[in-house]
Amino acid sequence: MSEPVTALKNASYAAGIAEISEVGPMGMITLRGDLPAKTLQKAAIAAGGVNMPDQRGILTEGARGIAWMSPDEVLILCPYDEVHARLADLQETTAKQHALAVNVSDARAVFDLRGARAREVMAKLAPVDFAPGQFGPGMIRRTRLAQVPAAFWMTDETTFRIVCFRSVAQYMFDLLKIAAQPGSEVGAFQV
Amino acid sequence: MSTRLATGGRLLNKSAAVNFTFNGKTMRGYAGDTLASALLANDQMLVGRSFKYHRPRGIVAAGPEEPNALVNLGDEAKFEPNQRVTTTELFEGLTATSQNHWPSLEFDVGAINKHLSRFLPAGFYYKMFMYPRAFWKHVYEPIIRQSAGLGKAPKTADADTYEHFYAFCDVLVIGGGVAGLEAALSAGRAGARVILIEQTADWGGRTPVDGGIIDDADAQSFVDRALTELSKMDNVILRTRTMGAGVYDHGYVLGYERLTDHQPDAAGPRHRLWRIRAGHIITATGAIERPLSFAGNDIPGVMLAAAVRDYIVNFGVSVGDRTVVVTNNDDAYLTAIALKHAGLDVPAILDARVLPQDSELMAQAKALGIRVMMGHAVSSVKGGKRVTGVAVCSQAGEGAVLEEIACDAVAMSGGWSPVVHLWSHCGGKLVWDDVNACFNPDPNRPPTGADGQGFVTAAGAASGMFQLDDVLCDAHAAADGVARSLGFKTPKGATAPKGARREEAPMMPVWLMPQGASTKLREKAWLDYQNDVKVSDVRLAAQEGFVSVEHAKRYTTLGMATDQGKLSNINGLATLAGALNAPIPSVGTTTFRPPYHPISMAAIGGEARGAVFQPIRRTPMHDWHDENGAEWEPVGHWRRPYAYKRPNETTHDAVMREVTNTRSNLGLLDASTLGKIIVKGPDAGKFLDMMYTNMMSTLKPGKCRYGLMCSENGFLIDDGVVARIDEDTWLCHTTTGGAERIHGHMEEWLQTEWWDWNVYVANVTEQYAQVAVVGPNARKCLDKLGGMDLSKNALGFMEWADGTLGGFKVRVYRISFSGELSYEIAVDASYGRAFWDALMVAGNDLGVMPYGTECLHILRAEKGFIMIGDETDGTIIPQDLGLNWAISKKKEDFLGKRAQERSHMTDPKRWKLVGLETTDGATLPDGAYAVGEGTNDNGQRNVIGRVTSSYHSPTLDKGIAMGLVLNGPDRMGDTLSFPGTDGKTYEARIVDAVFYDKEGEKQNV
Repeated sequence: MSEPVTALKNASYAAGIAEISEVGPMGMITLRGDLPAKTLQKAAIAAGGVNMPDQRGILTEGARGIAWMSPDEVLILCPYDEVHARLADLQETTAKQHALAVNVSDARAVFDLRGARAREVMAKLAPVDFAPGQFGPGMIRRTRLAQVPAAFWMTDETTFRIVCFRSVAQYMFDLLKIAAQPGSEVGAFQV
Repeated sequence: MSTRLATGGRLLNKSAAVNFTFNGKTMRGYAGDTLASALLANDQMLVGRSFKYHRPRGIVAAGPEEPNALVNLGDEAKFEPNQRVTTTELFEGLTATSQNHWPSLEFDVGAINKHLSRFLPAGFYYKMFMYPRAFWKHVYEPIIRQSAGLGKAPKTADADTYEHFYAFCDVLVIGGGVAGLEAALSAGRAGARVILIEQTADWGGRTPVDGGIIDDADAQSFVDRALTELSKMDNVILRTRTMGAGVYDHGYVLGYERLTDHQPDAAGPRHRLWRIRAGHIITATGAIERPLSFAGNDIPGVMLAAAVRDYIVNFGVSVGDRTVVVTNNDDAYLTAIALKHAGLDVPAILDARVLPQDSELMAQAKALGIRVMMGHAVSSVKGGKRVTGVAVCSQAGEGAVLEEIACDAVAMSGGWSPVVHLWSHCGGKLVWDDVNACFNPDPNRPPTGADGQGFVTAAGAASGMFQLDDVLCDAHAAADGVARSLGFKTPKGATAPKGARREEAPMMPVWLMPQGASTKLREKAWLDYQNDVKVSDVRLAAQEGFVSVEHAKRYTTLGMATDQGKLSNINGLATLAGALNAPIPSVGTTTFRPPYHPISMAAIGGEARGAVFQPIRRTPMHDWHDENGAEWEPVGHWRRPYAYKRPNETTHDAVMREVTNTRSNLGLLDASTLGKIIVKGPDAGKFLDMMYTNMMSTLKPGKCRYGLMCSENGFLIDDGVVARIDEDTWLCHTTTGGAERIHGHMEEWLQTEWWDWNVYVANVTEQYAQVAVVGPNARKCLDKLGGMDLSKNALGFMEWADGTLGGFKVRVYRISFSGELSYEIAVDASYGRAFWDALMVAGNDLGVMPYGTECLHILRAEKGFIMIGDETDGTIIPQDLGLNWAISKKKEDFLGKRAQERSHMTDPKRWKLVGLETTDGATLPDGAYAVGEGTNDNGQRNVIGRVTSSYHSPTLDKGIAMGLVLNGPDRMGDTLSFPGTDGKTYEARIVDAVFYDKEGEKQNV
């Protein structure tokens, strides 16, 4: 029986102004439903192991978490080898309500971007205000990095976790490397 | 001659000498020089030739408004044409060559054009290159192409990298002179997030050169103190070498930062495009001096007066031993005074005005012993490649020469024009200032944002303030007002710094010198130096009826060169106004468009080149395909193997081999790219019944159905197999190109039309890798992996099942696009490559070969299956393709139903799908038309059909095709003629579109 692999087999790059590494495989379940409903929230919390986040928020504890994705969608994070069990539970706990839970763990590629200059590297690629105080841990943004859709949050003050579609993993990795090229410090944010 | 002075050079580091070459000659400058100041220091005034007449051109200005001094800079991978010497910082090893001349700068054959100038006035090409028409392609075009352009085109790929940067602030201040610095201080002290950008490498602007006094100290100390305070503020970002290139809606501004142009060997990107979103923008962009229009004002050595003193003070460079100053205002006197203080000679100041008493500056000049001639003007300049003297006349007259003064430079000033470009980009309006003869931003009509409020404020000279105390007060007040409007509190008691006021006599507008200059003189009075537009040309435009300023601009090309009219705009439109006898405000300005100064194309592209030019999409098996001879085909951003070429095989050979092998043994196709969309909910069945022409709600769990999707206009937009997963869940397959499109289509209808239906949709296309296992040995291969019962009865045609194969968790669909025994198998994408590898091993003894998209196309064409994008083109409905069986008659409604009832859709004359078989076995050209009787009104042959798909079939050893033909299904056996583009006409019979295995026996196993 073979092991699951990530798109780039956990490639990494450390020669630039921030460190880049492909992480995973990670467990991710898309849950769509009536978010304000208590029954839906109960099911989500049981699957995610954390509380429900607010709009554009994310709550995590280790590999577990829940991220707000849209007014009727959250993303459940968990260890990869727990996905099928949690998905089955979720389908059971939401059986009596109109909801959809699907496994999307393998549809994504996930990258960590780490370092004092990580905010600057992100600011080269996404039209988001990354100044300290404007974007920080606990927030999730779904937007684009250059030409691809991407979602990201911060796991700590100097680390971004970036999620994109699996098919463009190589593009995302190359993009982050270029944005982190040596000598490209911007000096825009107080580090 | 121009030379380096012993004194001066505020911006230089004289301990660091720098070597560079110009036209192959080695020259020396200092760190801090621009290429312009270094060239002048080496007595290189002549720098190029003008575009049309190839007249000698010299440096005119000291800043980005320079129209003449464009050079080819660098070589090989760093080569760039049209670089402005005034904005190019000198660096060790710089190489530059002048442009637009042959054989050399000094002796240019193109200068013969000047003798033809009577035949080459403005707009000559509208008349000259019209006839004879036969000359257009082979005579006129080559000539025009040869003479067009200034610099040389680069021949090597750019070695540098570029990037973007998204920045956000409350107040963006553009311009780092004293107005910009004061505005940034005010806004920063109020707590706003401020970004201050300055296009040159140095702060302070004009004031340190012009000798202003601020708070009883010299201007430089104000600048130093301001920078110290600003650098300490956490809420302020300062950038030099960053130009405000354009102002766009919603406070969006492009800043163009040049990081390594002055240090080409440094690491990192060369240019950075700042994409700034600002709450409010303050344009402290200063003002640009205007030339005067007198005969010979383009001869090298004639320069803007302020530029002359910029070179003395900033770079310690003298542009000439003897400089005549000609002016209509007091400001140019600063140049005469600076020249005298540097120990240089000023034979005369020609002041077009007659003043009742000496102004302060006039008195100062006279006290230095300078001869001031009031009411006088330049009649013409003497010299060819360099000024040798001026002929003096009365400004009031028509140019009769009173005396000649020998000199080697002329410092001219026609007044100052506020830089209003950024104010105007988003619709800010201008108001004519009669006192200073210039257009100022109209503060009552600023560019407005979504809330109807102005989002740009001009400050300092950019808003028409020319006195230092006014500049500082204006900047302070502007920033305070902006900060308050954004909700910030300005600190109590903070006042504007005090600028010392200098009383100046009023300027006098002079649009032609002398005011009654004869035709001969007007033909040599230049407005646009780069495009060679003279006063006489603008008058000609008016005469010919091009009275709108926009028309006059295009007719004469005034202001259309790389400097975009920075020195010529106002003089040009004033000349037009004079020719039309209209007031200047009624003529108005032409439209200002970004960028303010040229920015590199590469900066706009940013990082998007090479590997990241576009986001290429790869399946989990991509690397395997690459290592096994895949010839890649783009399908949207995906890359799919077209065929797998073996050594010494042509693509055609590979495709033929793949087709034969798949029908004989076993083929594997990577089908991961096809869309997979989950549709779930109590109303999912109802929803899918609307989305598809077929009945999907009746599909039973465990079963699959091929479905067609139409737009509400009735046209076929996608097809695919739908699987019923459970009671309220369906999985819809789409074409590769349709995945995101159909997902969006579904969401749009659910969100905007049927928002009360309980349906959720999820795009899981990339969650699964999917492999088609196809051919007589397909089942044997899967049985070798083991884990599921895939016998004929256990999993019938158009059924699916979950299970494991070879230890992999799979979903198996028994569907076929080839007519062979065929299984499409989905695994979680993280196992996709391992699963593919396992299939290749299991199929090793079964004749397994991978096959690509072209083989896929041929297999389905042999079976008469349609392909979205081949048989459909956006105008085709299912009924055209004989797919009436897929259109449910039981459904009351579905997308496209009503549209398909329209008369055009039910017209029996619509072409219908048939098979086409050439009489000689050749392959019909794709897209070929079948011709009928007679011709249409355009004299073209009438057409009665066209080829939609065409291939050579190795299975049948002949060409096969599908096409749409008028009355096709009723004309079985008829022969049609298809003219090819190769001169050959193809004869083909109308046949059944199913060429192979009509009974479907091969998959019924």
